[in-house]
Amino acid sequence: MAIRDRLSGNEAVAVAMRQINPDVVAAFPITPSTEVPQYFSAFVANGKVDTEFVPVESEHSAMSACIGAEAAGARTMTATSANGLALMWEMLYIAASSRLPIVLAAVNRALSGPININNDHSDTMGARDSGWIQLYGETNQEAYDNMLMAVRIAEHPDVMLPVMNCFDGFITSHAVENIELLEDDAVKAFVGDYKPEHCLMDQDCPIAVGPLDTVAHYFEHKRQQAEAMKNAKKIILEVSAEFEKLTGRKYGLFEEYKMEDAEIAMVVINSTAGTAKFVIDGLRDKGVKAGLVKIRVFRPFPVDELVAALSKVKAIAVMDKADSFNAAGGPLFTDITSALYGRADGIKVVNYIYGLGGRDVKTDDLAFVFDELQEIAKTGKVKSVYNYLGVRE
Amino acid sequence: MSNVVEIRWHGRGGQGAKTASLLLADACFNTGKYVQGFPEYGPERMGAPITAYNRISDTRINVHCNIYEPQYVVVVDETLIEAADVTNGLREDGAIVINTAKSPEEIAPRLKGYKGKVYTIDARTISVECLGRYFPNTPMLAAIVKVTGIMDPDEFIKDMEASYAHKFASKPQVIEGNMKALKRSMEEVKGL
Repeated sequence: MAIRDRLSGNEAVAVAMRQINPDVVAAFPITPSTEVPQYFSAFVANGKVDTEFVPVESEHSAMSACIGAEAAGARTMTATSANGLALMWEMLYIAASSRLPIVLAAVNRALSGPININNDHSDTMGARDSGWIQLYGETNQEAYDNMLMAVRIAEHPDVMLPVMNCFDGFITSHAVENIELLEDDAVKAFVGDYKPEHCLMDQDCPIAVGPLDTVAHYFEHKRQQAEAMKNAKKIILEVSAEFEKLTGRKYGLFEEYKMEDAEIAMVVINSTAGTAKFVIDGLRDKGVKAGLVKIRVFRPFPVDELVAALSKVKAIAVMDKADSFNAAGGPLFTDITSALYGRADGIKVVNYIYGLGGRDVKTDDLAFVFDELQEIAKTGKVKSVYNYLGVRE
Repeated sequence: MSNVVEIRWHGRGGQGAKTASLLLADACFNTGKYVQGFPEYGPERMGAPITAYNRISDTRINVHCNIYEPQYVVVVDETLIEAADVTNGLREDGAIVINTAKSPEEIAPRLKGYKGKVYTIDARTISVECLGRYFPNTPMLAAIVKVTGIMDPDEFIKDMEASYAHKFASKPQVIEGNMKALKRSMEEVKGL
């Protein structure tokens, strides 16, 4: 039986962590993710979990402690945002290449500078090639559900990679909305026990973690790491299918909204997808065939599946809540266009950088983008590929 | 968003406008509604203007932006009437509820020609007399429930009693005063 509740995104993720009852949580507070370890440390203090909570002195230490704990064979979690994630940078790569299935709640916030506490995706987009699986969620519900599934995906023997559960700071992390929670027993059964094939605490099979990897083997290890990321796609779908049986909530690599007969489409990540759905409903009432693709799995990037979903439309707007400062387009845009190249040529694709540093994304802003797409679909002409939405200039 | 009730709160840091918006979301949630309660985050500090929002609906709410054309506005601090442009976007078929000792007739001329309904409530007097201190959010919460008619007043009172019992488990002595303030506010809100 699902439990009807109303929680903020951070509360929901902390509840998921309580239900998972990880062996170790090591975290350092940073807005807007602070509430995750804050709520969780109360669960520790009140004896609701058996977790060893490690209140470290920086995010670099948080990720280092997670790596040590996970290597020892402990199910390990943490949470951070923005500059906290940036300070973990060196260790993110070590976690991934050491094949340690740590789960990190990444509450998206603009990366300084200038210093800003509000939401965009510049923090996790910067970490997109660190070797972590990246799941993104629109709502508190998706942040909660992804947290539960992240454990299973990360720890699967064919994957053994860390997972970032990304959701929008404040918009999702601090807004209270309806949610359906699983019962504690159901979560316990779903996530099961963590039994790694190899770990430092296994005295019968001693191993080393993190030694120098010379020319003789480094490349082979990176190749195996890349293969694990390829495997992850199938495992994500398997775990999601099992989760659907349990909850009725369907998750894929991305969500398609009114794409069946869509002529114009928006590709977007996280909370803005909800606002876009509202705008699309209004356009559909007027007979405009607009649709939406909401990315859930950004790493691994579901190239073939996205091409299949997008290949029938005439014009696409790819929305990036982070700029790449490459004078060419945002990170999602460059991945989408390279996916389409040679597979679905001829579709007009434009990019909008939007919502940086918490700039609110209004329904009017998204309606403007759909107006532009209609014009492009009609005329076949693109005035400008790389655009900014909602900025004063 | 025809079937969604949208409310914007204006308060000052420390007055509990954010808490009030979350309590309203809670109360409506308990009557089976879909709710959103969220503040607009900035560098919070005591006394600085803050804005918080509620969306309340019978169906799932997808929109995740701020509210620009609210049906209702709650002004928790009278000094914000001019400072915060409180009637900006406020729908004329809606209403504004202001914490002031003045009457709606006296306040209306300060609202830039706003043609919708104007309600006032003396949250300061009610709070000081019922709670012994100035916590305007409890009276304002009751006032907005009364004005919107978003839920049955008796059901609201019953629900709040339960949530205060939970919220103030460690200081039950404040529950009675808060309940008194809620009930009194529902009776004393004045409309124009």
